[in-house]
Amino acid sequence: MTAVAVHHLYKSYAGKTAVKDLTFSVDPGEILGLIGPNGAGKSSTIKIILDFMKPDSGEVKIFGHPMNEACKNQIGYLPEERGLYKKLTAIDLILYLASLKGMDKVTAEKKANVLLQRTGMLESKKMKNKEMSKGMGQIIQFIVTIIHDPKLIILDEPFSGLDPVNTEIIRNIIGNLRDEGKAIILSTHQMNKVEELCDRVLMINQGQAVLYGDLKETRARFSKNSVQVNVEGEIGDLPGVIDKKFNKGSVELVLAPDTTPQIILDQLRDHGIAINRFEITTPSLNEIFLNIAGGNHE
Amino acid sequence: MNKTYLIFKHEFLHTIKRISWIIMTLIVPVIALLGIGIIALVTTLSEPPEDVIQVIGYVDEVGIFENQTTQGYTRLVPFASKEDANQALVRKDVTEYIIIPSDYTSSGIIQRYTLEKELITPPTTASMIKSFLTGNLLKDKVPPDIVTLIVSPLNLEVTRVSEKGDIALEQSNFGNLIIPGVFSLLLGLALMFGATSLISGLGEEKESRLIEVLFSSVSIRQLLISKVLALGTAGLLQVLVWLISAPLLLNLASSSFGGFMSNIQIPGNFLILGIVYFILGYLLFAVLSIGIGAISSNAREGGELSMFYTLTSFAPLWLSSLYIAFPNSSIWVVLTIFPITAPVQTMLRLGGSDIHLWQIITSIGVLVLSIIGGLFLSIKIFRMNMLMHGKRPGFAEIIHSLKNA
Repeated sequence: MTAVAVHHLYKSYAGKTAVKDLTFSVDPGEILGLIGPNGAGKSSTIKIILDFMKPDSGEVKIFGHPMNEACKNQIGYLPEERGLYKKLTAIDLILYLASLKGMDKVTAEKKANVLLQRTGMLESKKMKNKEMSKGMGQIIQFIVTIIHDPKLIILDEPFSGLDPVNTEIIRNIIGNLRDEGKAIILSTHQMNKVEELCDRVLMINQGQAVLYGDLKETRARFSKNSVQVNVEGEIGDLPGVIDKKFNKGSVELVLAPDTTPQIILDQLRDHGIAINRFEITTPSLNEIFLNIAGGNHE
Repeated sequence: MNKTYLIFKHEFLHTIKRISWIIMTLIVPVIALLGIGIIALVTTLSEPPEDVIQVIGYVDEVGIFENQTTQGYTRLVPFASKEDANQALVRKDVTEYIIIPSDYTSSGIIQRYTLEKELITPPTTASMIKSFLTGNLLKDKVPPDIVTLIVSPLNLEVTRVSEKGDIALEQSNFGNLIIPGVFSLLLGLALMFGATSLISGLGEEKESRLIEVLFSSVSIRQLLISKVLALGTAGLLQVLVWLISAPLLLNLASSSFGGFMSNIQIPGNFLILGIVYFILGYLLFAVLSIGIGAISSNAREGGELSMFYTLTSFAPLWLSSLYIAFPNSSIWVVLTIFPITAPVQTMLRLGGSDIHLWQIITSIGVLVLSIIGGLFLSIKIFRMNMLMHGKRPGFAEIIHSLKNA
């Protein structure tokens, strides 16, 4: 069963269109990357999914039903900013919010200790939230999000404030959750994380979906006919190469439409050029993002 | 476990662990009764000891004031001139002196000179001087016992009669106003602190986006009703502590401050109505605070906006001197029925005057309807505006949210 199904969603307020004819879905066992420039409508979309606000029109179904109280226990939500009760300790906060998700205290405490141990926060569990750094608070909030084993997890900038070690830990946990069959929506500006983790991507700009589909296919769709090479010596002029771009020891050879990368590889070999690296150029998601979002702003 | 109960328990414990709540509940009533006792002590200590002769000098320019120079423990000593009297004052042979000018019989003005810095002439001193003057003015004109009556003609003994003509069980006494007055002050303060605390908590949850985490787990109705009930229960606990401790504290105070405290009576229906109005007051203010929390851009702004109703609730106390003078005016009936002032005003009236049953019923009815209606509206406004922080919705937006939420 599809975890989240959004159909023709519309939402505007104060005369501004926040979401326009948005349709997408998220299935169990996949991570959907939700990206877009600031003010694109990502947060509004998340809030409508979570039933924080009603759409002007359109439909949202969670596990086949409109959002209801029973669904809420199956959802874990990590907002963009750190939402913690300052005077509570980490463990008290986790247990309280876990209880609101229907967990009993004993189970919640056991699971909390496991997650705290895994994230290196076990010794800090009695620390008050106001004493924590941003990164520590972020980890606690992440634990709150997943402790009740939700089937649908919505993460808004989960890596914010984390050092590289904790980023890696959280990244691994998210990957494990996906492998366990959770449906995950990951909203972030860190395109490299989307590329590492996500199966599909939805890019919103000015309230509309401008990109939606499998990540690899999307990158392939936007790929240029070019190769990145790193060779010994000069390349010289090669037939079929219409442009060369030098970048930190590598060269990007832009090919003519009728020239394939294989032809260039053969030519380099035939010229006796020692090749250290030969790679078909695939644009990064960041480049695709800039291409689409930047183009629409002009 | 029921989510409403879980939130209620969390909010209730959070409320009663606040320093302000603890201070209001445990310490302020003690301070209030101490204050009463201190007033009584200061009044008593300000009077000169009865076994010490107080000497007041006087200069009689009229020439008729030579008798009645001993008034209780005050002795009046004549001086030939103002300069002599002034020197005696400086030497502290006299505590003060008065000048009875030559035109006194037409002007009625007496000049008084003292070394003390005072706000008003001590009543005992004024009484002694008045007795001296009156005694001399009426000398040989009326018998001495009549002079005493002229000086103090009125010594009222008031007996309250019931509507059946019998002696009423509860007699009028200024002491009857003490406990209701203290209680209404404490109620006003408790409501103000409670409202501020709720708004502050809501503002913190909004600003930190914690409100979104909560709403991903519970409904708006569950969250807000839990907060309202938690605050109301904290209020109930507070009033129970006060009501239980009031007689104990009065007894303690009586032994410390003498018979004054034993004159204080607690009106018969005060306990039940006190609890009822306290709880309803807390619930009303909780509901209002939710609405304010919904439209405030942050906790600080919410606190400022809440001043509208928290200060209004104190209106009966600001007007208390008028109430003492005119306890049966119909304006107090209006304030008893108007929901924001009803709790404090009713507490005051319980001590000072009769409240007809219809007024109590109407007041409670209006309060209950206000709480229900206010909760309904506040939830609607909160739902539409809970995600707006950093920006306060305008009036048109609030009306729009009421129509569409």
